[in-house]
Amino acid sequence: MNSACQGLKSFDGWAPPTFQYPRDDIGECLLASLIMSILVDKNTRLICQGITGKAGAFHSEQCRDYGTNLVGGVTPGRGGGTAVGVPVFDTCAEAVKATGANATMIFVPPPGAADAILEAADAGITVIVAITEGVPVLDMVRAMAYLKAHHPNVRLVGPNCPGVITPGQCKIGIMPGYIHMPGRVGVVSRSGTLTYEGVWQLTSLGIGQSTCVGIGGDPVNGTDFVTTLRLFEADPDTDAVLMMGEIGGNAEEQAAALKKSGEFTKPAAAFIAGQTAPPGKRMGHAGAIISGGSGKASDKIAALEDAGIRVARSPADMGTALQAALKG
Amino acid sequence: MKVHEYQAKDLLKAAGVAVPAGIVITKPDDAASAYDELGGGLIVLKAQVHAGGRGKGVAIGPDADRAEALEIASGRKPRPEGMAKGVQIIQSRKAAVDAAASLLGKTLVTYQTGPDGQAITKVLVTTGHKIARELYLGMAVDRGLQCPVLMASTEGGVEIETVAKQTPEKIHREPIDVGLGLGGFQARKICKALNLTGATAKKGEVFFKQFVQIFIDKDASLAEINPLIVTEEGDVLALDCKLNFDDNALFRHSDVAALLDVSEEDPAELRAAESGLSYVSLDGNIACLVNGAGLAMSTMDLIKYHGGEPANFLDVGGGADKEQVLEGFRILLSSPRVQAVLVNIFGGIMKCDIIASALLAAYNELDFRVPLVVRLEGTNVETGKKLLEESGRRIITASGLTDAAKKVVAAAKNAA
Repeated sequence: MNSACQGLKSFDGWAPPTFQYPRDDIGECLLASLIMSILVDKNTRLICQGITGKAGAFHSEQCRDYGTNLVGGVTPGRGGGTAVGVPVFDTCAEAVKATGANATMIFVPPPGAADAILEAADAGITVIVAITEGVPVLDMVRAMAYLKAHHPNVRLVGPNCPGVITPGQCKIGIMPGYIHMPGRVGVVSRSGTLTYEGVWQLTSLGIGQSTCVGIGGDPVNGTDFVTTLRLFEADPDTDAVLMMGEIGGNAEEQAAALKKSGEFTKPAAAFIAGQTAPPGKRMGHAGAIISGGSGKASDKIAALEDAGIRVARSPADMGTALQAALKG
Repeated sequence: MKVHEYQAKDLLKAAGVAVPAGIVITKPDDAASAYDELGGGLIVLKAQVHAGGRGKGVAIGPDADRAEALEIASGRKPRPEGMAKGVQIIQSRKAAVDAAASLLGKTLVTYQTGPDGQAITKVLVTTGHKIARELYLGMAVDRGLQCPVLMASTEGGVEIETVAKQTPEKIHREPIDVGLGLGGFQARKICKALNLTGATAKKGEVFFKQFVQIFIDKDASLAEINPLIVTEEGDVLALDCKLNFDDNALFRHSDVAALLDVSEEDPAELRAAESGLSYVSLDGNIACLVNGAGLAMSTMDLIKYHGGEPANFLDVGGGADKEQVLEGFRILLSSPRVQAVLVNIFGGIMKCDIIASALLAAYNELDFRVPLVVRLEGTNVETGKKLLEESGRRIITASGLTDAAKKVVAAAKNAA
């Protein structure tokens, strides 16, 4: 492990600080700025929209226990109360004003999820992680059009995703924290448990992660492979990237094109799920469907390999493929 | 969710899109009155099943050779004289009744249904038209643009995938703003692209706008009119129509949800959906039960990679509690093809000993006739494995994905 990662060990046993805003702990800020990552880090101040629901409460607690700075929650009509030991607000605007939150984790049920995303953006939150599964596609079409027009700087991850974690610093989402290890490999994936599988393989090989981003399995989402790869490219403390794609759409082909064009220069390995999936059948995720001859795993694998990305043929080999890519 | 052609046309008609007049019948004798009601002359009878390729499809009785029917429907074998197609054009009352009798109660095999075919319980009797031109109109959400796109082509009546591959310049594409609908300028562009002029262009503009609106209003995921025809009289009509809807939006469209025809769905897939599981049936003999869609697909790939054939995709969700596992096992074991079962669970936040207990409880409730291989990963994995190993059941535990795949492939081979 490099020196920056070793520095992270001092975070073991770290507990969320009591609320101070604006931050005056310069030492801690400096340390955090030394350990780079993308999207989320020690300075992230998280709220949970839907914190009073069963899943929202459970995962808020899990995130806080991991060391994430959970500062509040939002459930319309439940303002003034508390949940998971943090204040609950009626609106995101109130939550941001009172807590200085800069990130949100959304567990709002599907009919209201897209609205919750827009409420967070409107309140000035810049990192929005939407966990909710089952959001209507056209709701996301409308939400993305609104974000692009009115909040171009907001970074939405999801919906239908496991979330984002910078190991040792900040976990936003439903992934099990303990499988991760701080380090210098970025992970980006359309899947949930397959991501855990890949991360676990890396950790078992002693390869730590800078940030792991679950971009989600829906056809229209906030962050794609290309955007995430650009973030990893710009992060001086990410040395390589492991990506897990799946059938449907052409996001993997776009990632391959980015690598081929020279805009993404770091070593990369990949796995594509659904090599045995039949056309016309939705494989769980709304986005995982081969339609009209496009979105096939074989095309994606060919594009990635053509761009110089090492592709594991067996899901058991994701970690070793990345290891081989690191060695060049 | 898919709906029948006649249901799609009803929705189009209600939205002001021009469709040919039609009557749905379920008994051959009703074809006579339908023929009269539609004014006689040139009439078309169309089998109502969810699959495409009906025009070249083969309607067969229970004793027919289904594999041969599939060969004929796929154009790989010549069609014998008098073999009933899924779409028939007739010109008399008597012919209407005969055609209906050749379809209703039969099974339609098309290149999309596979040899099992689909039972024909409804036939759409519809007016025939003198076709001047066959065009194509389609709409779907473009992931890259993150909005629906309306596609129009002068190459109607053929597979649009072929057009897209061979002559992509012949498909005109208009991105749709879901707040705006189809702009007047866009409708005029489509008319130009399709060479529609004068009064026909005016009719086309209305047609295109309403078509786009129904896609947006009903949360469709795919809409296709192939062919879209221009009649010799200059009318624009949807001769066929395929509509799919976003399952995630059905909660706000009870009218669309009510159109579900359960007889068209795989019973095991429906049953799984009712229990919150996601299941897709495949042709192999190794069943798998996995938590998470990506890992479930990967597990299928893994089985294939090690020389086995997956029997299904089954995602029991992120957690995997006893009830879900039990229902999952029931669905898997109901298939006579299955010769071994692989459980692949990445525990994550749930602990492996708890998952192992759930697996055991489900196992004990069922008549498990085939070997079961279990691969668990996560917290308390050793405790979980020990629970399974010491249960005295025919459960094979595995360490890691590769070990699991090798063991289940071997178990299936021994059972075969």
